[in-house]
Amino acid sequence: MSKLKIWSFLLLMIVAVTVVLAACSSDDSSDGDTKKDNEEGTTETAEEKVLIFGRGGDSVSLDPAAVTDGESFKVTQNIQETLLNFGQQDTTINEGLATKWEPSEDGLSYTFTLREGVKFHDGTDFNAEAVVKNFERWAGGSEDQFPYYGSMFGGYAGDEGHVIESVTAEGDYTIIFKLTRAQAPFLKNIAMSPFAIASPTAFEAAGDKFGDSPVGTGPFKFVEWKRNDSITIEKNKEYWNSEEPKLDKVIFRAIPDNSARLNDLLTGAIDLADGVNPSDGSTVEGEAALQLFERPSMNIGYLGLTSTRPPFDNKKVRQAVNYAIDKQAIVDAFFEGRAEVAKNPMPSSISGYNDDIPGYEYDPEKAKQLLAEAGMPDGFEMELWAMPVPRPYMPDGTKVAEAIQKNLADVGITAKIVSFEWATYLEKARNGEADAFLLGWTGDNGDADNFLYVLLDEDNIGSNNYSYYSNDESHKILIEAQTEVDEDKRNELYKQAQVIISEEAPWVPLAHSTPLLAGDAEIINFYPHPTGSDRLNKVDFK
Amino acid sequence: MLHYIGKRLLQLIPVLLGMTFIVFMIIRAIPGNPAQLILGQLASKEAIAALEIKLGLSQPWYTQYFDYLAGLLKGDLGESMRTVQPVAKEIWPYLAATMELAFFAIIIAVIIGVNAGIISAWFQNSWFDYMAMVLALIGVSMPIFWLGLMEQWIFGVELQWLPTTGRENVRDPVNSITSLYIVDTIIQGRFDQLGTVLKHLVLPGIALATIPMAIIARMTRSSMLEVMRADYVRTARAKGQKMFFVVYKHALKNAIIPVLTVIGLQTGLLLGGAILTETIFGWPGIGRYIYEAIQFRDYPVIQSGILVVAFIFVMINLFVDILYGVVDPRIKYD
Repeated sequence: MSKLKIWSFLLLMIVAVTVVLAACSSDDSSDGDTKKDNEEGTTETAEEKVLIFGRGGDSVSLDPAAVTDGESFKVTQNIQETLLNFGQQDTTINEGLATKWEPSEDGLSYTFTLREGVKFHDGTDFNAEAVVKNFERWAGGSEDQFPYYGSMFGGYAGDEGHVIESVTAEGDYTIIFKLTRAQAPFLKNIAMSPFAIASPTAFEAAGDKFGDSPVGTGPFKFVEWKRNDSITIEKNKEYWNSEEPKLDKVIFRAIPDNSARLNDLLTGAIDLADGVNPSDGSTVEGEAALQLFERPSMNIGYLGLTSTRPPFDNKKVRQAVNYAIDKQAIVDAFFEGRAEVAKNPMPSSISGYNDDIPGYEYDPEKAKQLLAEAGMPDGFEMELWAMPVPRPYMPDGTKVAEAIQKNLADVGITAKIVSFEWATYLEKARNGEADAFLLGWTGDNGDADNFLYVLLDEDNIGSNNYSYYSNDESHKILIEAQTEVDEDKRNELYKQAQVIISEEAPWVPLAHSTPLLAGDAEIINFYPHPTGSDRLNKVDFK
Repeated sequence: MLHYIGKRLLQLIPVLLGMTFIVFMIIRAIPGNPAQLILGQLASKEAIAALEIKLGLSQPWYTQYFDYLAGLLKGDLGESMRTVQPVAKEIWPYLAATMELAFFAIIIAVIIGVNAGIISAWFQNSWFDYMAMVLALIGVSMPIFWLGLMEQWIFGVELQWLPTTGRENVRDPVNSITSLYIVDTIIQGRFDQLGTVLKHLVLPGIALATIPMAIIARMTRSSMLEVMRADYVRTARAKGQKMFFVVYKHALKNAIIPVLTVIGLQTGLLLGGAILTETIFGWPGIGRYIYEAIQFRDYPVIQSGILVVAFIFVMINLFVDILYGVVDPRIKYD
């Protein structure tokens, strides 16, 4: 190397080091990344209310009808609105883009009165014609285009099971749905995020690219999407409710690691963090600058027992396992007490929950006795599948599996813990290859059908009924309940179904967890919704 | 020279072809059905079967493979099954994010690693030598996961010097033109944003640089030690040249070849192997892009993503090979 080269190399080094150091120490006021800078505030950002919402993953598409993942709905819920809304923190039916809704006596038709004077973000008028076009778009699609439409309304136009016979506009602000058969959860389905109304002008122009730049009537307008990084939405100044939204901008950031996300909250880089580990709950409560939010529980974490695989084809063995497991200890240790011990396949907030069911208390002696009755006094060997990923309903699959393993060993059952990569795990469990597996479910619309039928009916074997449980009696009841429009009668049916399911014991229901979020102490009016799709129109800073 | 480059480029074809085949077979050998994963848990069997046909998954594997190859020849990297976007269009922002981070990390690793190695060799068995080599040992064995979270906690949460995750201050986002934010901020003259972007690079950059830095330091040291014993080094000293010039001029030039090889290999590895760093620091890079595609069995993204990374990897190594000749004129290509 010549001298010149050496000197230029050294110079380059000095420049590089200086740049790094300068970047570290610069007190640039335009950078609001650290808490300190943030509090000092700058003239521009002090007036603008920006909420940065950190979450575990990015959205798949911002066309809510086209996706099934919660991270997509979390954003679209604020851009596009549904005809009906769920309650603030429950799944009761409230007005949305429709102000009135009347079912006919037989439950075969519904008349909706729409809100007047509403416009989409692109200036298109929101009216009956727009609603009809949305439903026509979905009904004319297929399962890979609009997956939820097919599963909630029994298929697509022309399919035998399709529930919606017709959607017609009567005048500018009245919509009439005609159904082929009564569907008890119809209104709850209508209130689900995937059925939010989009601007027909926009989706007709964008085709299948609509999910890149959604247009709705919601309190926020889409601004920008940097994939796997951030999604920005801003205040819709022409929102029909002039009081809302309170925030000027919301930025959703994808930060996959739970601990890193909490670090970001502590530095003030984000204002709200989804998916806080139960074990971090007390850390957040100990920070004066932060507050902890609890998402009302609408989930179930369970141990499925594949009832086609011996010895779990024997009801007594399934019951024995139910008695052998100390659920309270699991809830205390791995959910940090932020969960309710489960006895039914659905949480108590759901209409039709049967609280009279005693459930299986922790009783190893009873378990041994049942095993003896089943002809296996010395127990048996089995595989116990542990979920490889944390989920709100199962924060740590491996640890829960270890606790269960110990409980089972106490009654003579030798369980070997196995695990697979997540997609493999689901596929193998769906094929009935597991003896016993940990799994869970978060409800879509707060209806009992969305738990009991979806998870435990024989129609769903090979899909969501991973335990291969089939029972003619409960099947008959669950099908009848789908079309029963009388609320009381319907609840009674679900209560009966739970009695049968409890007796047949296809699962060991473990817990209904309370997912945690953490946020800046200044945040007000944020009410996490049990479905996981939070409406941020009322959220504000103190 | 050109002849040599041409030959090397031709050799790339069987390498990349073999790689597409291996990746293609491996991702199909693992269980998991893309159609099921796209349609979600409520999907019916009929719908899954229909989507499999639409995605071409119901065809025999060789038909699928040759269709894919035919597309590649036309420059078509396929379409993501999950987002329904062309991979070629989708991949660039991720690749740019990773390139920026990997480049930053390798600069840190080279500057610190090479110099630490040289000084260790120069003052062999001194306290500096011992300390540097112990640190290097810790560096190669450090779990990135732990290091990353510690960095965030110390420099982000406690000292509040540096931002903990992401590429930019989202309150003042970079207007992305090339997706390389350093370039974007410079073209737009936003030097305030350039500072922020550089700040965001520091913590993940250090986390990513740790292992290559340690490897480079050890390699430089051992290579330098060998050269420093050579006669011409003694001669240069005997002529009365300053030790600094002997080390940095005569010895380094002869010792640098194996170091360059390691730097080349490490740079390539950083591009594809930054998944952990990208996850902890919420960096929207290509490692996470491919990793998430694996979770969803998004075959075209996995295949083409790995292909692109592998292509860059071999190109970097080709570049390093050419560099040998520039650094050491004794090496001739023909």
